[in-house]
Amino acid sequence: MNSRLAFALLAACASLLGGANARADTGKLLLTGGVSTVEGTAGGGLTPWAVVGSNATEGEVGASAYLTTVGTRDYGLNIYGAAIGIHDRYELSIAQQDFNTRDTGTALGLPGLHLKQSIFGAKVRMLGDAVLDSDTLMPQVAVGVQFKQLGATGLDATLEALGAKRHGTDFYVSATKLLLGRGLLLNGTLRATKANQNGLLGFGATLGGDESSYRLQPELSVAYLLSKNIAVGTEYRFMRNRLETAGRAAGLGNGLRSSDWKDVFIAWAPNKNVSLTLAWVDLGVIVPATTGSRRQTGYYLSAQAAF
Amino acid sequence: MKKTLLSFVLAAAGLLMAGTTIAQTIPMNHTLYKAFGERAGLVSLMDDFMTRLLADPRTRPHFLPANQQHVKEQLVEQFCALASGPCVYQGADMKTAHAELDIRKSDFHALVEVLQRSMDAQGIPFSRQNQMLALLAPMHRDAITIR
Repeated sequence: MNSRLAFALLAACASLLGGANARADTGKLLLTGGVSTVEGTAGGGLTPWAVVGSNATEGEVGASAYLTTVGTRDYGLNIYGAAIGIHDRYELSIAQQDFNTRDTGTALGLPGLHLKQSIFGAKVRMLGDAVLDSDTLMPQVAVGVQFKQLGATGLDATLEALGAKRHGTDFYVSATKLLLGRGLLLNGTLRATKANQNGLLGFGATLGGDESSYRLQPELSVAYLLSKNIAVGTEYRFMRNRLETAGRAAGLGNGLRSSDWKDVFIAWAPNKNVSLTLAWVDLGVIVPATTGSRRQTGYYLSAQAAF
Repeated sequence: MKKTLLSFVLAAAGLLMAGTTIAQTIPMNHTLYKAFGERAGLVSLMDDFMTRLLADPRTRPHFLPANQQHVKEQLVEQFCALASGPCVYQGADMKTAHAELDIRKSDFHALVEVLQRSMDAQGIPFSRQNQMLALLAPMHRDAITIR
């Protein structure tokens, strides 16, 4: 399905649901739907959580939409997306990532190169209630899948030469627990993926050695509720350094290596329908060969509307 | 090596925060009753709570037909007992109290929100509010009758 069409359909559903829902206040408690990750699923900024997006609780259907902009030292990443939450159990999401390669694109002979990736996500809550089961340490557990498609660009030939595909599927399981009495949220996600830099540099690699099988990568989030409307936290997302071997085989030394993603964030929800997240991100090195091995640190700003 | 160390430090920090707050919970619970203003504070809270419950269109239908004075008195006893105050809650258990009612999860959340607003109005600190909510939240299993 054409990603633009899919996005338009989902956004239309979201706005219809928003319009049909006469009440401004809907089912979930503030901030308990998480925010929207860079891949569109509900969670932190970088990592999917077991919470189901939107404000819908049991018996309800809700929707959310968001805009995110990330700026690091050498790159820019803009994301927009939407999600539907059904009965606080099922979540469907869509995200469109636009990665501005700036000087790296120029260095590769592709000035103005934007890498665009579409991500279609589905998540199912399997058990538990992250918020209300406060008398047990049992977390809320969900499993999810993300279908990722990297759009065609002038980089295709390079990716093919490295043996990287332009599409891939991530699978993950998340366990989320809000220690309500302490206002502390903990999340652990285990992801099976072949993605290079989240998929922006394709999936897997075969040049110089097979890096095309699924690997498990853990992701951790810790958040603290400062007040009803404000949460602060940090996330750490392990990334497998898949392209280094291929880069080496292509004569780039360790110029294609990658490193883990992490952030420190503050999320503010003035009411149940709007949330803003500001974060300092460190996306590690991204194509260090053309960026002087600079760590891609910078800002992350996201606005989400949910009903 | 460096990233493993960093992730370990992050995980340890998270666990340490959880651990220190868990360690502080036991003495904190004895002062939860004080934080809520003891009996007088709880009576004031429930007066305000009931007013808001009747004003909020989501909860009004459930509380209008109820014996509001009786419910307020029972809530005071229940919260007092939960907050380790000098009370023993002798009212109906949650299952029995809600069995005849149509309560959805959204109704439960609505009540929690109204309670949060009441606690805000009483000037009860956020952390104390969450400690009380943590004691109340498991009641969702018995209070919600429509799933």
